[in-house]
Amino acid sequence: MTDRTLKDRAAIVGVGATPYYRRGRSLPQTTMDLAIKATLAALDDAGLGVDDVDGFALYGGNFVDTSLLAQVLGIPSVRFTAGLTGGGGGSAGSVGLAAAGVATGMADVVVSLMTLQQANMRFGASFAPKSAGGAGAYSAPSTPEYVFSSNAGLMAPGQMFAMLVQRHMHLYGTTREHLAEVAISTRNNAIRRPTSLMQEPLTHDDYFSARMISEPFCLYDYCMECDGAVAVVTTTPERARDLRHDPVYVMGAAQGGAGRWGQAMTWMGMPDEMFATSGHRPIAKDLYAMAGVGPADVDVALLYDHFTGMVLLQLEDYGFCGVGESGPFVAEGNIRWPDGGLPLNTHGGNLSEAYIIGMTHVKEAVEQLRGTAVNQVPDAEIALVTGGPASIPVSGLLLHR
Amino acid sequence: MSTQLPSTTGLLPPEFVAFTASPATEPFWDAAREHRLVVPRCSSCGTFRLPPAVFCWNCRSLDVEWIEHDGAGDLYSYTVIRHAVIPSMADVLPIVVGVVELPGTNGCRLIGDVIGCDPESVHIGMPLLLDWYDVADGSVPCFRPRA
Repeated sequence: MTDRTLKDRAAIVGVGATPYYRRGRSLPQTTMDLAIKATLAALDDAGLGVDDVDGFALYGGNFVDTSLLAQVLGIPSVRFTAGLTGGGGGSAGSVGLAAAGVATGMADVVVSLMTLQQANMRFGASFAPKSAGGAGAYSAPSTPEYVFSSNAGLMAPGQMFAMLVQRHMHLYGTTREHLAEVAISTRNNAIRRPTSLMQEPLTHDDYFSARMISEPFCLYDYCMECDGAVAVVTTTPERARDLRHDPVYVMGAAQGGAGRWGQAMTWMGMPDEMFATSGHRPIAKDLYAMAGVGPADVDVALLYDHFTGMVLLQLEDYGFCGVGESGPFVAEGNIRWPDGGLPLNTHGGNLSEAYIIGMTHVKEAVEQLRGTAVNQVPDAEIALVTGGPASIPVSGLLLHR
Repeated sequence: MSTQLPSTTGLLPPEFVAFTASPATEPFWDAAREHRLVVPRCSSCGTFRLPPAVFCWNCRSLDVEWIEHDGAGDLYSYTVIRHAVIPSMADVLPIVVGVVELPGTNGCRLIGDVIGCDPESVHIGMPLLLDWYDVADGSVPCFRPRA
Protein backbone atom coordinates (compact mmCIF):
# COMPACT_ATOMS: atom_id res chain seq x y z
CA MET A 1 0.00 0.00 0.00
CA THR A 2 2.94 2.36 0.45
CA ASP A 3 2.71 3.43 -3.15
CA ARG A 4 -0.89 4.45 -2.57
CA THR A 5 -0.28 7.04 0.11
CA LEU A 6 0.71 10.68 0.01
CA LYS A 7 2.44 10.44 3.37
CA ASP A 8 5.82 12.18 3.22
CA ARG A 9 5.76 12.33 -0.56
CA ALA A 10 5.43 16.11 -0.79
CA ALA A 11 6.46 19.11 1.25
CA ILE A 12 5.35 22.69 1.58
CA VAL A 13 8.34 24.96 1.01
CA GLY A 14 6.90 28.43 0.62
CA VAL A 15 4.01 30.54 1.84
CA GLY A 16 3.17 34.11 0.96
CA ALA A 17 0.36 36.59 1.26
CA THR A 18 -0.71 40.07 0.35
CA PRO A 19 -1.80 42.41 3.12
CA TYR A 20 -5.35 41.62 4.22
CA TYR A 21 -8.13 44.11 3.57
CA ARG A 22 -11.72 44.64 4.63
CA ARG A 23 -14.18 43.82 1.86
CA GLY A 24 -13.62 46.06 -1.14
CA ARG A 25 -10.59 47.89 0.27
CA SER A 26 -8.03 46.18 -1.94
CA LEU A 27 -9.08 48.30 -4.92
CA PRO A 28 -7.67 49.56 -7.26
CA GLN A 29 -5.61 46.38 -7.36
CA THR A 30 -7.15 43.64 -9.45
CA THR A 31 -7.62 40.02 -8.39
CA MET A 32 -4.70 39.18 -10.70
CA ASP A 33 -2.51 41.75 -8.94
CA LEU A 34 -3.28 40.15 -5.61
CA ALA A 35 -2.76 36.63 -6.94
CA ILE A 36 0.63 37.44 -8.39
CA LYS A 37 1.83 39.33 -5.32
CA ALA A 38 0.99 36.36 -3.10
CA THR A 39 2.52 33.87 -5.53
CA LEU A 40 5.76 35.82 -5.83
CA ALA A 41 5.94 36.20 -2.06
CA ALA A 42 5.49 32.44 -1.60
CA LEU A 43 8.14 31.64 -4.21
CA ASP A 44 10.52 34.10 -2.61
CA ASP A 45 9.86 32.50 0.76
CA ALA A 46 10.77 29.14 -0.77
CA GLY A 47 13.84 30.42 -2.57
CA LEU A 48 12.34 29.46 -5.89
CA GLY A 49 11.62 31.45 -9.01
CA VAL A 50 8.78 31.67 -11.47
CA ASP A 51 10.71 29.45 -13.86
CA ASP A 52 10.57 26.63 -11.33
CA VAL A 53 6.76 26.54 -11.20
CA ASP A 54 5.08 23.94 -13.38
CA GLY A 55 1.78 23.38 -11.65
CA PHE A 56 -1.26 24.99 -10.08
CA ALA A 57 -3.76 23.41 -7.69
CA LEU A 58 -6.67 25.70 -7.02
CA TYR A 59 -10.04 25.35 -5.35
CA GLY A 60 -13.57 26.42 -5.97
CA GLY A 61 -14.39 30.05 -5.78
CA ASN A 62 -10.90 30.93 -6.94
CA PHE A 63 -11.18 34.12 -8.86
CA VAL A 64 -8.15 33.66 -11.03
CA ASP A 65 -7.57 30.74 -13.37
CA THR A 66 -4.36 29.00 -14.32
CA SER A 67 -4.62 30.17 -17.91
CA LEU A 68 -4.21 33.89 -17.36
CA LEU A 69 -2.15 33.47 -14.21
CA ALA A 70 0.48 31.38 -16.00
CA GLN A 71 0.57 33.81 -18.87
CA VAL A 72 0.89 36.92 -16.75
CA LEU A 73 3.50 35.31 -14.49
CA GLY A 74 5.47 34.02 -17.47
CA ILE A 75 5.51 30.36 -16.40
CA PRO A 76 7.61 28.50 -19.00
CA SER A 77 5.52 25.35 -19.04
CA VAL A 78 2.46 24.21 -17.10
CA ARG A 79 2.46 20.45 -16.60
CA PHE A 80 -0.24 20.12 -13.96
CA THR A 81 -3.32 22.25 -13.40
CA ALA A 82 -6.15 21.08 -11.24
CA GLY A 83 -8.91 22.53 -9.16
CA LEU A 84 -11.07 21.10 -6.44
CA THR A 85 -14.77 21.27 -7.09
CA GLY A 86 -17.03 23.06 -4.65
CA GLY A 87 -16.28 26.15 -2.63
CA GLY A 88 -14.35 27.14 0.46
CA GLY A 89 -14.14 23.60 1.75
CA GLY A 90 -11.23 22.97 -0.59
CA SER A 91 -8.58 25.16 1.02
CA ALA A 92 -6.61 22.40 2.75
CA GLY A 93 -7.55 20.07 -0.09
CA SER A 94 -5.92 22.25 -2.70
CA VAL A 95 -2.58 21.58 -1.02
CA GLY A 96 -3.44 17.88 -0.96
CA LEU A 97 -4.06 18.14 -4.68
CA ALA A 98 -0.69 19.83 -5.15
CA ALA A 99 0.92 17.03 -3.15
CA ALA A 100 -0.78 14.47 -5.38
CA GLY A 101 0.61 16.27 -8.41
CA VAL A 102 4.20 16.20 -7.22
CA ALA A 103 3.99 12.71 -5.69
CA THR A 104 2.86 11.24 -8.99
CA GLY A 105 5.51 13.05 -10.99
CA MET A 106 3.05 15.16 -12.91
CA ALA A 107 4.71 18.33 -11.65
CA ASP A 108 7.68 19.44 -9.55
CA VAL A 109 6.62 22.75 -8.06
CA VAL A 110 2.91 23.45 -7.58
CA VAL A 111 1.31 26.66 -6.40
CA SER A 112 -1.96 26.56 -4.44
CA LEU A 113 -3.66 29.88 -4.17
CA MET A 114 -6.71 31.73 -2.93
CA THR A 115 -7.44 35.19 -4.19
CA LEU A 116 -10.48 36.92 -2.82
CA GLN A 117 -11.81 40.33 -3.67
CA GLN A 118 -15.33 41.18 -2.60
CA ALA A 119 -15.79 44.63 -4.05
CA ASN A 120 -18.65 43.34 -6.18
CA MET A 121 -19.94 40.47 -4.11
CA ARG A 122 -20.84 39.56 -0.58
CA PHE A 123 -19.95 36.14 0.67
CA GLY A 124 -22.10 36.92 3.67
CA ALA A 125 -25.12 36.61 1.40
CA SER A 126 -23.69 34.25 -1.14
CA PHE A 127 -26.95 32.46 -1.78
CA ALA A 128 -28.98 35.60 -2.38
CA PRO A 129 -30.31 35.96 -5.91
CA LYS A 130 -30.11 39.11 -7.99
CA SER A 131 -33.76 39.76 -7.18
CA ALA A 132 -32.69 40.53 -3.61
CA GLY A 133 -31.99 44.04 -4.78
CA GLY A 134 -28.36 44.33 -3.79
CA ALA A 135 -27.20 44.82 -7.37
CA GLY A 136 -23.95 43.02 -8.09
CA ALA A 137 -23.47 42.00 -4.49
CA TYR A 138 -26.07 39.27 -4.77
CA SER A 139 -25.80 37.03 -7.73
CA ALA A 140 -26.57 33.43 -6.81
CA PRO A 141 -28.44 31.58 -9.50
CA SER A 142 -31.84 30.30 -8.49
CA THR A 143 -31.98 26.52 -8.96
CA PRO A 144 -34.83 23.99 -8.73
CA GLU A 145 -33.29 22.62 -5.51
CA TYR A 146 -32.26 25.86 -3.94
CA VAL A 147 -35.72 27.45 -3.99
CA PHE A 148 -36.70 24.92 -1.32
CA SER A 149 -34.50 27.03 1.02
CA SER A 150 -34.53 30.49 -0.48
CA ASN A 151 -38.33 30.62 -0.53
CA ALA A 152 -38.19 30.66 3.26
CA GLY A 153 -35.48 33.31 3.35
CA LEU A 154 -32.40 31.12 3.83
CA MET A 155 -29.91 33.01 1.69
CA ALA A 156 -26.77 33.34 3.76
CA PRO A 157 -24.23 30.76 4.88
CA GLY A 158 -24.50 32.06 8.44
CA GLN A 159 -28.21 31.33 8.49
CA MET A 160 -27.61 27.80 7.29
CA PHE A 161 -24.85 26.93 9.74
CA ALA A 162 -26.92 28.50 12.51
CA MET A 163 -29.40 25.66 11.96
CA LEU A 164 -26.74 23.01 12.60
CA VAL A 165 -25.43 24.72 15.72
CA GLN A 166 -28.94 25.36 17.04
CA ARG A 167 -29.62 21.65 16.88
CA HIS A 168 -26.28 20.88 18.52
CA MET A 169 -27.31 23.17 21.38
CA HIS A 170 -30.61 21.33 21.67
CA LEU A 171 -29.05 17.87 21.62
CA TYR A 172 -26.05 18.46 23.85
CA GLY A 173 -26.60 21.62 25.87
CA THR A 174 -24.02 23.67 24.02
CA THR A 175 -24.41 27.35 24.92
CA ARG A 176 -23.53 30.79 23.64
CA GLU A 177 -20.82 30.88 26.31
CA HIS A 178 -19.12 28.11 24.36
CA LEU A 179 -19.39 30.04 21.11
CA ALA A 180 -18.01 33.10 22.88
CA GLU A 181 -14.97 31.14 24.03
CA VAL A 182 -14.07 30.41 20.41
CA ALA A 183 -14.55 34.04 19.39
CA ILE A 184 -12.62 35.48 22.34
CA SER A 185 -9.71 33.03 22.36
CA THR A 186 -9.26 33.46 18.62
CA ARG A 187 -9.31 37.23 19.00
CA ASN A 188 -6.68 37.05 21.72
CA ASN A 189 -4.41 35.32 19.22
CA ALA A 190 -5.17 37.81 16.47
CA ILE A 191 -4.34 40.95 18.41
CA ARG A 192 -0.74 39.84 18.86
CA ARG A 193 -0.23 39.80 15.10
CA PRO A 194 0.34 42.89 12.96
CA THR A 195 -1.32 41.23 9.97
CA SER A 196 -4.67 40.91 11.74
CA LEU A 197 -7.58 43.10 10.75
CA MET A 198 -8.95 42.83 14.29
CA GLN A 199 -6.54 44.53 16.69
CA GLU A 200 -8.68 45.10 19.77
CA PRO A 201 -9.47 42.49 22.42
CA LEU A 202 -12.99 41.08 22.42
CA THR A 203 -14.50 41.06 25.89
CA HIS A 204 -17.25 38.86 27.23
CA ASP A 205 -19.44 41.97 27.42
CA ASP A 206 -18.62 42.91 23.82
CA TYR A 207 -19.71 39.46 22.73
CA PHE A 208 -22.97 39.36 24.64
CA SER A 209 -23.98 42.92 23.81
CA ALA A 210 -23.37 42.48 20.07
CA ARG A 211 -26.35 42.39 17.76
CA MET A 212 -27.83 39.03 16.88
CA ILE A 213 -27.48 38.23 13.21
CA SER A 214 -29.07 34.82 12.81
CA GLU A 215 -29.72 33.07 16.10
CA PRO A 216 -27.81 31.58 17.76
CA PHE A 217 -25.08 33.53 15.95
CA CYS A 218 -24.32 37.11 16.89
CA LEU A 219 -21.94 39.46 15.11
CA TYR A 220 -18.82 37.92 16.68
CA ASP A 221 -19.74 34.38 15.70
CA TYR A 222 -19.12 35.40 12.10
CA CYS A 223 -15.86 35.65 10.23
CA MET A 224 -15.09 38.84 8.39
CA GLU A 225 -15.60 39.57 4.71
CA CYS A 226 -12.15 40.33 3.36
CA ASP A 227 -9.92 40.83 0.33
CA GLY A 228 -6.46 39.41 -0.16
CA ALA A 229 -4.48 36.48 -1.48
CA VAL A 230 -2.46 33.66 0.05
CA ALA A 231 -0.22 31.26 -1.91
CA VAL A 232 1.41 27.99 -0.88
CA VAL A 233 4.22 26.25 -2.76
CA THR A 234 4.52 22.46 -2.69
CA THR A 235 7.31 20.31 -4.11
CA THR A 236 8.97 16.93 -3.70
CA PRO A 237 10.77 16.08 -0.42
CA GLU A 238 14.02 15.70 -2.35
CA ARG A 239 13.84 19.18 -3.78
CA ALA A 240 12.49 20.62 -0.54
CA ARG A 241 15.66 19.73 1.36
CA ASP A 242 17.77 22.22 -0.58
CA LEU A 243 15.48 25.19 -0.20
CA ARG A 244 15.39 28.16 2.13
CA HIS A 245 13.36 26.75 5.02
CA ASP A 246 13.05 23.37 6.62
CA PRO A 247 10.40 21.45 4.72
CA VAL A 248 6.93 20.95 6.14
CA TYR A 249 5.84 17.48 5.06
CA VAL A 250 2.37 16.37 4.08
CA MET A 251 1.51 13.47 6.42
CA GLY A 252 -2.06 13.10 5.31
CA ALA A 253 -4.48 14.75 2.90
CA ALA A 254 -8.17 14.08 2.38
CA GLN A 255 -11.05 15.75 0.66
CA GLY A 256 -14.70 15.01 0.01
CA GLY A 257 -17.27 13.88 2.53
CA ALA A 258 -20.40 11.79 2.67
CA GLY A 259 -22.46 11.73 -0.49
CA ARG A 260 -25.60 12.45 1.47
CA TRP A 261 -23.93 15.48 3.06
CA GLY A 262 -23.33 16.55 -0.54
CA GLN A 263 -25.02 19.86 -1.05
CA ALA A 264 -27.75 19.04 1.46
CA MET A 265 -26.57 21.79 3.80
CA THR A 266 -28.37 24.27 1.61
CA TRP A 267 -31.72 22.53 2.14
CA MET A 268 -31.06 20.88 5.50
CA GLY A 269 -31.38 17.39 4.12
CA MET A 270 -28.41 15.71 5.78
CA PRO A 271 -29.16 12.39 7.47
CA ASP A 272 -30.05 12.85 11.13
CA GLU A 273 -26.81 11.31 12.40
CA MET A 274 -24.78 13.88 10.43
CA PHE A 275 -26.92 16.96 10.95
CA ALA A 276 -25.28 18.45 14.03
CA THR A 277 -21.77 17.73 12.77
CA SER A 278 -19.25 19.55 10.61
CA GLY A 279 -19.38 16.93 7.86
CA HIS A 280 -15.69 16.25 8.54
CA ARG A 281 -15.90 12.78 10.09
CA PRO A 282 -14.99 10.91 6.89
CA ILE A 283 -12.09 13.30 6.32
CA ALA A 284 -10.77 12.84 9.85
CA LYS A 285 -10.85 9.08 9.48
CA ASP A 286 -8.91 9.12 6.21
CA LEU A 287 -6.42 11.72 7.43
CA TYR A 288 -5.49 9.91 10.62
CA ALA A 289 -5.27 6.60 8.76
CA MET A 290 -2.92 7.99 6.13
CA ALA A 291 -0.76 9.85 8.63
CA GLY A 292 -0.70 7.01 11.16
CA VAL A 293 -1.43 9.37 14.03
CA GLY A 294 -4.45 10.32 16.11
CA PRO A 295 -5.90 13.44 17.66
CA ALA A 296 -3.63 13.19 20.70
CA ASP A 297 -0.64 13.67 18.40
CA VAL A 298 -1.81 17.02 17.01
CA ASP A 299 0.10 19.95 18.52
CA VAL A 300 -1.81 22.80 16.92
CA ALA A 301 -5.17 22.88 15.16
CA LEU A 302 -5.97 25.33 12.37
CA LEU A 303 -9.67 24.69 11.93
CA TYR A 304 -11.71 26.54 9.34
CA ASP A 305 -13.66 29.10 11.32
CA HIS A 306 -16.27 30.87 9.25
CA PHE A 307 -18.59 30.52 12.25
CA THR A 308 -17.61 29.86 15.86
CA GLY A 309 -20.07 27.02 16.29
CA MET A 310 -18.67 25.08 13.38
CA VAL A 311 -15.29 25.04 15.12
CA LEU A 312 -16.95 23.22 18.02
CA LEU A 313 -18.41 20.61 15.71
CA GLN A 314 -15.03 20.03 14.06
CA LEU A 315 -13.38 19.50 17.45
CA GLU A 316 -15.77 16.58 17.89
CA ASP A 317 -15.44 15.22 14.36
CA TYR A 318 -11.63 15.20 14.62
CA GLY A 319 -11.82 13.35 17.91
CA PHE A 320 -10.36 16.00 20.22
CA CYS A 321 -13.37 15.42 22.46
CA GLY A 322 -16.44 13.22 22.40
CA VAL A 323 -19.55 13.92 20.33
CA GLY A 324 -21.53 16.61 22.11
CA GLU A 325 -18.64 17.49 24.42
CA SER A 326 -17.05 20.35 22.51
CA GLY A 327 -18.75 23.01 24.63
CA PRO A 328 -17.27 21.84 27.93
CA PHE A 329 -14.00 21.08 26.10
CA VAL A 330 -13.52 24.71 25.10
CA ALA A 331 -14.92 26.02 28.40
CA GLU A 332 -12.03 24.24 30.14
CA GLY A 333 -9.57 26.43 28.21
CA ASN A 334 -8.29 23.67 25.97
CA ILE A 335 -8.15 25.72 22.77
CA ARG A 336 -6.36 28.73 24.22
CA TRP A 337 -2.85 29.64 23.21
CA PRO A 338 -0.38 29.24 24.86
CA ASP A 339 -1.61 27.17 27.80
CA GLY A 340 -4.38 25.01 26.37
CA GLY A 341 -3.84 21.40 25.44
CA LEU A 342 -4.86 22.09 21.84
CA PRO A 343 -3.98 25.65 20.80
CA LEU A 344 -6.43 26.56 18.06
CA ASN A 345 -6.22 29.11 15.27
CA THR A 346 -3.12 30.72 16.69
CA HIS A 347 -3.12 33.18 13.78
CA GLY A 348 -6.51 34.61 14.62
CA GLY A 349 -8.39 32.61 12.02
CA ASN A 350 -11.07 33.69 9.63
CA LEU A 351 -12.79 35.27 12.61
CA SER A 352 -10.16 37.82 13.59
CA GLU A 353 -7.08 37.80 11.38
CA ALA A 354 -8.56 37.68 7.89
CA TYR A 355 -10.92 35.56 5.85
CA ILE A 356 -9.08 34.40 2.76
CA ILE A 357 -11.25 31.29 2.55
CA GLY A 358 -9.03 29.18 4.76
CA MET A 359 -5.61 29.63 3.18
CA THR A 360 -4.32 31.67 6.11
CA HIS A 361 -4.72 28.47 8.13
CA VAL A 362 -2.29 26.62 5.85
CA LYS A 363 0.18 29.49 6.10
CA GLU A 364 -0.03 29.46 9.89
CA ALA A 365 0.46 25.69 10.06
CA VAL A 366 3.65 26.04 8.04
CA GLU A 367 4.95 28.84 10.27
CA GLN A 368 4.13 26.83 13.40
CA LEU A 369 6.06 23.82 12.10
CA ARG A 370 9.00 25.97 11.09
CA GLY A 371 9.01 27.44 14.58
CA THR A 372 8.54 30.97 13.28
CA ALA A 373 4.90 31.66 14.22
CA VAL A 374 4.06 34.85 16.07
CA ASN A 375 2.07 32.83 18.59
CA GLN A 376 4.39 29.86 18.54
CA VAL A 377 3.32 26.59 20.09
CA PRO A 378 6.56 25.30 21.66
CA ASP A 379 8.07 22.40 19.73
CA ALA A 380 5.06 22.00 17.48
CA GLU A 381 5.62 18.92 15.35
CA ILE A 382 2.21 18.09 13.91
CA ALA A 383 -0.46 20.49 12.68
CA LEU A 384 -4.00 19.84 11.51
CA VAL A 385 -5.51 22.17 8.91
CA THR A 386 -9.11 21.98 7.71
CA GLY A 387 -11.18 23.48 4.92
CA GLY A 388 -14.94 23.81 5.29
CA PRO A 389 -17.59 22.87 6.79
CA ALA A 390 -19.32 23.44 3.50
CA SER A 391 -21.08 21.48 0.82
CA ILE A 392 -18.62 18.77 -0.18
CA PRO A 393 -15.75 18.76 -0.61
CA VAL A 394 -14.58 19.55 2.86
CA SER A 395 -10.90 18.84 3.31
CA GLY A 396 -8.06 18.35 5.73
CA LEU A 397 -4.30 18.20 5.94
CA LEU A 398 -1.98 16.77 8.53
CA LEU A 399 1.47 18.33 8.31
CA HIS A 400 4.67 17.63 10.21
CA ARG A 401 8.04 19.23 10.40
CA MET B 1 -57.25 28.46 3.69
CA SER B 2 -55.29 31.30 2.33
CA THR B 3 -53.23 33.39 4.66
CA GLN B 4 -53.58 37.13 5.04
CA LEU B 5 -50.61 38.42 6.90
CA PRO B 6 -49.31 41.81 7.80
CA SER B 7 -45.67 42.29 6.92
CA THR B 8 -44.75 42.41 10.61
CA THR B 9 -45.22 38.67 11.10
CA GLY B 10 -41.90 37.87 9.54
CA LEU B 11 -42.61 36.31 6.20
CA LEU B 12 -40.17 36.56 3.37
CA PRO B 13 -41.24 39.43 1.09
CA PRO B 14 -42.90 38.07 -2.07
CA GLU B 15 -40.28 39.52 -4.42
CA PHE B 16 -37.78 37.04 -2.99
CA VAL B 17 -39.92 34.02 -3.75
CA ALA B 18 -39.03 32.14 -6.92
CA PHE B 19 -40.52 29.09 -8.54
CA THR B 20 -37.49 27.95 -10.47
CA ALA B 21 -38.41 24.39 -11.33
CA SER B 22 -37.33 21.34 -13.26
CA PRO B 23 -39.52 18.52 -14.52
CA ALA B 24 -38.62 16.72 -11.29
CA THR B 25 -39.78 19.51 -8.99
CA GLU B 26 -42.68 20.94 -11.01
CA PRO B 27 -45.33 18.62 -9.48
CA PHE B 28 -44.40 19.87 -6.01
CA TRP B 29 -45.08 23.50 -6.93
CA ASP B 30 -48.18 22.59 -8.97
CA ALA B 31 -49.66 20.95 -5.88
CA ALA B 32 -48.50 23.84 -3.69
CA ARG B 33 -50.56 26.18 -5.85
CA GLU B 34 -53.57 24.13 -4.67
CA HIS B 35 -52.30 24.19 -1.08
CA ARG B 36 -51.44 20.53 -1.17
CA LEU B 37 -48.10 19.22 0.06
CA VAL B 38 -46.86 16.29 -1.99
CA VAL B 39 -43.63 14.42 -1.40
CA PRO B 40 -42.14 12.17 -4.06
CA ARG B 41 -41.70 8.52 -3.10
CA CYS B 42 -39.82 5.95 -5.11
CA SER B 43 -42.34 3.46 -6.47
CA SER B 44 -39.64 0.85 -6.61
CA CYS B 45 -38.13 0.92 -3.09
CA GLY B 46 -40.46 3.28 -1.22
CA THR B 47 -37.83 5.88 -0.27
CA PHE B 48 -39.06 9.45 -0.03
CA ARG B 49 -36.87 12.25 -1.35
CA LEU B 50 -36.95 16.00 -0.92
CA PRO B 51 -36.15 18.20 -2.75
CA PRO B 52 -37.61 16.12 -5.56
CA ALA B 53 -34.99 14.57 -7.84
CA VAL B 54 -35.23 12.52 -10.99
CA PHE B 55 -33.50 9.49 -9.50
CA CYS B 56 -34.12 7.77 -6.19
CA TRP B 57 -30.94 8.22 -4.15
CA ASN B 58 -31.44 4.80 -2.60
CA CYS B 59 -32.05 2.61 -5.65
CA ARG B 60 -31.61 4.93 -8.66
CA SER B 61 -35.09 4.12 -9.92
CA LEU B 62 -36.84 6.72 -12.05
CA ASP B 63 -40.28 5.60 -10.92
CA VAL B 64 -41.98 8.04 -8.62
CA GLU B 65 -45.35 8.55 -6.97
CA TRP B 66 -46.44 11.76 -5.30
CA ILE B 67 -47.72 11.15 -1.80
CA GLU B 68 -49.92 13.71 -0.14
CA HIS B 69 -48.80 14.78 3.35
CA ASP B 70 -50.57 17.04 5.84
CA GLY B 71 -47.29 18.80 6.64
CA ALA B 72 -47.77 18.57 10.39
CA GLY B 73 -44.51 17.85 12.15
CA ASP B 74 -42.12 18.95 14.84
CA LEU B 75 -39.51 21.67 14.49
CA TYR B 76 -36.17 20.00 13.78
CA SER B 77 -34.08 23.16 13.82
CA TYR B 78 -34.48 26.86 13.16
CA THR B 79 -32.78 30.21 13.06
CA VAL B 80 -34.19 33.61 13.90
CA ILE B 81 -32.94 36.03 11.28
CA ARG B 82 -32.50 39.35 13.08
CA HIS B 83 -30.08 41.16 10.80
CA ALA B 84 -30.85 42.06 7.20
CA VAL B 85 -27.78 40.87 5.37
CA ILE B 86 -30.00 41.65 2.41
CA PRO B 87 -30.96 45.25 3.17
CA SER B 88 -34.38 45.09 1.55
CA MET B 89 -35.46 42.44 4.07
CA ALA B 90 -34.99 44.75 7.04
CA ASP B 91 -38.67 45.67 7.33
CA VAL B 92 -39.93 42.12 7.82
CA LEU B 93 -37.42 40.94 10.41
CA PRO B 94 -37.31 38.95 12.54
CA ILE B 95 -38.02 36.01 10.30
CA VAL B 96 -37.98 32.58 11.89
CA VAL B 97 -36.87 30.00 9.34
CA GLY B 98 -37.83 26.53 10.46
CA VAL B 99 -36.83 23.05 9.35
CA VAL B 100 -39.59 20.50 9.87
CA GLU B 101 -39.11 16.78 9.58
CA LEU B 102 -42.15 15.25 7.93
CA PRO B 103 -43.32 12.16 9.83
CA GLY B 104 -43.43 8.95 7.81
CA THR B 105 -41.10 10.17 5.06
CA ASN B 106 -37.77 8.59 6.13
CA GLY B 107 -36.61 11.92 7.47
CA CYS B 108 -37.48 14.30 4.62
CA ARG B 109 -37.41 17.87 5.78
CA LEU B 110 -39.29 20.91 4.61
CA ILE B 111 -38.09 24.47 5.19
CA GLY B 112 -40.54 27.28 5.83
CA ASP B 113 -41.05 30.43 7.82
CA VAL B 114 -42.59 29.87 11.25
CA ILE B 115 -45.34 32.45 11.64
CA GLY B 116 -48.07 33.36 14.07
CA CYS B 117 -45.98 33.19 17.20
CA ASP B 118 -43.48 35.10 19.29
CA PRO B 119 -39.96 34.37 17.99
CA GLU B 120 -38.86 33.93 21.61
CA SER B 121 -41.27 31.01 22.02
CA VAL B 122 -39.84 29.00 19.13
CA HIS B 123 -37.99 25.86 20.16
CA ILE B 124 -36.82 22.59 18.67
CA GLY B 125 -39.49 19.94 19.05
CA MET B 126 -42.26 22.53 18.82
CA PRO B 127 -45.34 21.01 17.13
CA LEU B 128 -46.21 22.81 13.90
CA LEU B 129 -48.92 22.82 11.27
CA LEU B 130 -48.43 23.50 7.60
CA ASP B 131 -49.86 26.67 6.13
CA TRP B 132 -49.41 28.30 2.74
CA TYR B 133 -48.10 31.69 1.78
CA ASP B 134 -49.60 32.91 -1.47
CA VAL B 135 -47.63 35.09 -3.83
CA ALA B 136 -48.37 36.09 -7.41
CA ASP B 137 -47.04 32.97 -9.14
CA GLY B 138 -47.81 30.30 -6.59
CA SER B 139 -47.67 29.32 -2.94
CA VAL B 140 -44.88 28.38 -0.61
CA PRO B 141 -45.08 26.33 2.56
CA CYS B 142 -44.88 27.97 5.95
CA PHE B 143 -45.67 26.78 9.46
CA ARG B 144 -47.75 27.79 12.45
CA PRO B 145 -47.75 26.47 16.01
CA ARG B 146 -49.94 23.40 16.48
CA ALA B 147 -51.97 23.34 19.65
